[in-house]
Amino acid sequence: MKKRKERIDRGIKARSEDIFALSSYREMLYLLAPRAIPVVGLLGVAPFLNPYWREVFISTAVYALLATSWDLLISAGLISLGQSLFYGIGSYIAGILNYYYGWSPLFTIPVATVMGGLLCTLFLLPVLRLRGIYFAMVTLVLPLMFSRLVEATRILGGTEGLPGLTPFPNQLTALYVIDFALLAVLFGFRRLMASDYGLVIRGINDNDRSVMSAGLNIYLYKTQILFIGASVGSFAGAFGTHMDMFAGMPGFALDYAIMPVAAAVVGGMGTFAGPMIGAFILVPLSEILRALGALRIVFYGLFLVIFIVALPEGIFHYLQRKYHQLERWVELV
Amino acid sequence: MLLCTLIYGFINSCILALLALGFNLTFGISGVANFAYGAIYIFSGFLTWITLNSIGLPYLLSVFISILCAALIGLLVYYIVILRVKGLALSEVIATFGLGLAIMELFRYFDFVGFKYTLPVFIDGSIGFGEVYVDYQRLFIALIAVGLTLFLYLFTRHSKIGLAFRAIAQDERTALTFGIDSDRIGAISMAFGAALAAIAAIVILPLGTIAIEGGYEVLINALAVCIVGGLGSTVGILVASVLIGYAQTFTANYLEPHWMMLVSLIAIAIVLTIKPSGLFSRQKELEERI
Amino acid sequence: MNQPLPLLKVSDLTKSFGGVMAVLNVSFDLKEGELLGIIGPNGSGKTTLVNLITGFVKPISGRVEYREKNITGWAPYKIVSLGIARTFQMVRPFYQLPAFKNMIIPLYSPRVKKLTGGKYGDRDAVALDLLEEVGFERDAHVAYKVAGSLPQGYLKRLELAKAMALRPDLIILDELFSGLSLAEVASIVPIIEKLRFQGITIIMIEHRLKELFRIADRVFVLNYGEKIADGPGEEVMENESVKKAYLGSETE
Repeated sequence: MKKRKERIDRGIKARSEDIFALSSYREMLYLLAPRAIPVVGLLGVAPFLNPYWREVFISTAVYALLATSWDLLISAGLISLGQSLFYGIGSYIAGILNYYYGWSPLFTIPVATVMGGLLCTLFLLPVLRLRGIYFAMVTLVLPLMFSRLVEATRILGGTEGLPGLTPFPNQLTALYVIDFALLAVLFGFRRLMASDYGLVIRGINDNDRSVMSAGLNIYLYKTQILFIGASVGSFAGAFGTHMDMFAGMPGFALDYAIMPVAAAVVGGMGTFAGPMIGAFILVPLSEILRALGALRIVFYGLFLVIFIVALPEGIFHYLQRKYHQLERWVELV
Repeated sequence: MLLCTLIYGFINSCILALLALGFNLTFGISGVANFAYGAIYIFSGFLTWITLNSIGLPYLLSVFISILCAALIGLLVYYIVILRVKGLALSEVIATFGLGLAIMELFRYFDFVGFKYTLPVFIDGSIGFGEVYVDYQRLFIALIAVGLTLFLYLFTRHSKIGLAFRAIAQDERTALTFGIDSDRIGAISMAFGAALAAIAAIVILPLGTIAIEGGYEVLINALAVCIVGGLGSTVGILVASVLIGYAQTFTANYLEPHWMMLVSLIAIAIVLTIKPSGLFSRQKELEERI
Repeated sequence: MNQPLPLLKVSDLTKSFGGVMAVLNVSFDLKEGELLGIIGPNGSGKTTLVNLITGFVKPISGRVEYREKNITGWAPYKIVSLGIARTFQMVRPFYQLPAFKNMIIPLYSPRVKKLTGGKYGDRDAVALDLLEEVGFERDAHVAYKVAGSLPQGYLKRLELAKAMALRPDLIILDELFSGLSLAEVASIVPIIEKLRFQGITIIMIEHRLKELFRIADRVFVLNYGEKIADGPGEEVMENESVKKAYLGSETE
C-alpha cells in the first residue's frame, strides 16, 4: 500500500478568507495572532529586559532593519552584498552633521536617512542597467573602497573617526524609536509588496522583458526600490551613530554586509518578517557566543551556508507553511 | 624613476593577471561564481606555512599539498554548496561569499595575524636592470604568470576539458545534449580555479606577509581585472591587468601609495559606464541589459 | 490623389550580432488598419525585426518611423506608450499568479493611465473583462486559475490580452498560433478579426501559412535577414525565390 504526502490548507485558513474572517473570534484571532507577535514582542518585551539585554535588543533591531531592507532589494532582483555601504554612509552623514555642525539627533537622523538614500542611489545608478552579478559585485566593492579611501586620505577623522557624538536622552527612548521604525518598515514593506506596485516589482524580478513590453520603465522602479532600501539602511547607520556616539570606518564593516544576507537566508527571503526573525536569532546568539570573539563573522558565514544548503526556504516560509497548511499521508489511488 | 616604474608596473600587471586567472576560469569561463576565491588564496598561504613550519615538511612537498588541498576544497564547495543552490538567483555568490568570509575570519580567530607568517621565496637574490634592482622572486612571478596564461589559453581552446569549460558557460543545456556532464565539469573548473589561487598565493605571498586583509584585496583585484577585461576573455584579462597594473604603479610612484586601491575602483566605474561587458567580452549584447 | 501616410515606416533596417547578419536593409510601409503577415524560414530574422521595431534591440543602421516620428533606438517602454504592443514567441507568464493577476502589470503602465485619465477603477475588474474578450469563460472562472495550470491555448490568449490591455494602435503578434491545435487557432481568429474591426493595425509573424493567408491583407517574406517578396499571400507563395527559401532548390 503506497502512500504519498499531501499538503492542504487548514480548515481555519479557508474559513478566514476575505470577509468570512469576521464570522467568529476564532478566525479573527487566527489572522491577528501572527501580526500581533512582532508588535507585542518588540514593544512589550523590551522594557522588561535589563539594560545589558536592552543594548543587545537595540543592536539586533538595527541589524533587523538592514536585513529587512536587503529583503526589499532582493524582491526587485537587486542583490546587495554591501548593506554596509548604506549603513556607513548614513552613519557618516549623521556623524558629520553632529560633529561639525552640532545638529541634534532629531535632525541628523532624518536628514542622514534621505541624503544617504540619495547618495547611495546615485553611486549605484550606473550599475542598475546591468546584470544582477555586476550589481552584487559593485555593492561588495564600494564599502571596502570607501573604507580604504577614508583610511588613505585621513578625512573625516581617518581611522580615528568622529568621536564624542550626541547620544539619545535615554536607552528606553532609543529602544522605542528603533522599535517603531522596525514595525513601520515591516508592515510598510509588506503592504507595499502586496499592492499592485509590489506586483510590478516582483514582475521585474521574475521576467523583466515582459514588464518592459508592458510599457513600464523598469529602471525607474528599480531606482525607487533602491532609494527606499538605501534610505532604510542609512537610517540604521544614523541611528547606530548616535547609539555608539561614534562615526567612523567601522561603519563600513563586513558585519553589516554579511549579517543581513545571513539573516535573510536563515529567516526566509522575500517575506520581510523572515529576515527580522533571522536577525533576532543570529544577533543574540552571536552575543551569547561573544566570549569567542571574532568568531562572530565566521558564525554568520557558516549559518548562511548551512541554511542555504539545508533549508533554503528559510524559517519563516517553513513556519508559514506549517501555520496555514497541514501535511498528511494519503494512499496512492 | 621611469625605468623603475616600467619594470615594477610590468611585475604588478603579472601579479594581477595571476590573481585573476583562477577567478576568470571559474566565473568567466565556466559560469560558476566563486566568491570564496580570496579565502582559498589565503588558506593556501597559511596551509603552506603550517606544513613548512609546524610540521616541517620540505618546501616542494608543502607546495604540492597546498595546491592539492585547494583543488579539493574547490571540488567540495561545488558538490556540497553550489549544487544545492543552483536554482536560486545568484545564491552561488551569496553562499560562496559567506563561506569565504567564514574561512578568512576563522584564521583571524585562531590568531593567524602577525609578521611571523611569511612564505619563503623561491629563489633568493636580485638582478639589476641598469640602476633598478628586481628580485628574482618577482621575475619568477612574471614567468609563472605568462606561462600559466599561455597554458590556460591553449587549454581552453584545444583540450576536451577546456572546451567543455567554455561550453557550459555558453549554454548549459546544449552542452548537456553533447554529453558534457555539467556538474562534473563545473566541479573540475572550480577545482582548477582554486588550484590557480593556491599557485598564485605561493608565488606572490613571499613578497610580504600572509595577511587576512589580503584575501579581500585579492577578491577585489580579481573582480576588477575580470570586469575591466571582460568575463571569460583571457586576452581581456591580460590587457586589463596591464592597464590596471601600470595605473596602480604609476599612482604609487608619482602620487601616493595609498591611492592605489582607488585605481581599481575607478577602472571598474569607467568600464561599467562605457562598456559594461568589459573591453574584450565575448558575451552577446542581448545578455547585457538594454 | 493623396495616399494616407503610412502608420509605420521601416527603412533599411540592419542588425548584426557579432558578424551574423540577422536583418539586412529591410524596408516596408504599413498602412493604418492593415494586417501584415511576416513569414520566412526559421532563423530568417523575423523576431529580430520585431525586437528592432519595439526597441528591445538597437539597429546598426536604418530608421523606424511611427506616425512620422523617428522612434529608432527608443526604449521599449517609450515605444509602448506611443501605442505599439507586442507579444512574445515564448510565452512566459508569471506562473504562480492567477491569470487575471498577470494582467495587472500592463494595466499599471503609464499609457493606460493616460488613456483612462487615471481613473480605471478596479484593475482586477478590467482584467477580468479583457480576459473574457479573449475567450476566458467567465462562468468557469478560468481567469482565476493559476497561470501555471493553464494549457497553451489559454496562455497564448493571455499573452494577447496583455497586449490588448495597453489599448494599442499597432499590435505585433510573434507566432501567436504556434503550438496550438487547429480548433484553438480557429477560436482565436475571430478575436483578431474583432481587433481589425476596431481599426487596430496588426503585424503577424507566423509559420502557419494557410491560417495566415486567410486573414492577412498582405505578406512579406524574410530569408537570411533580407526581404525577398512582398504582396498578397498566394502571389508571394508563387514567387520563385520564396519557394527556394522554403523548399530548397533542385539538385542537378
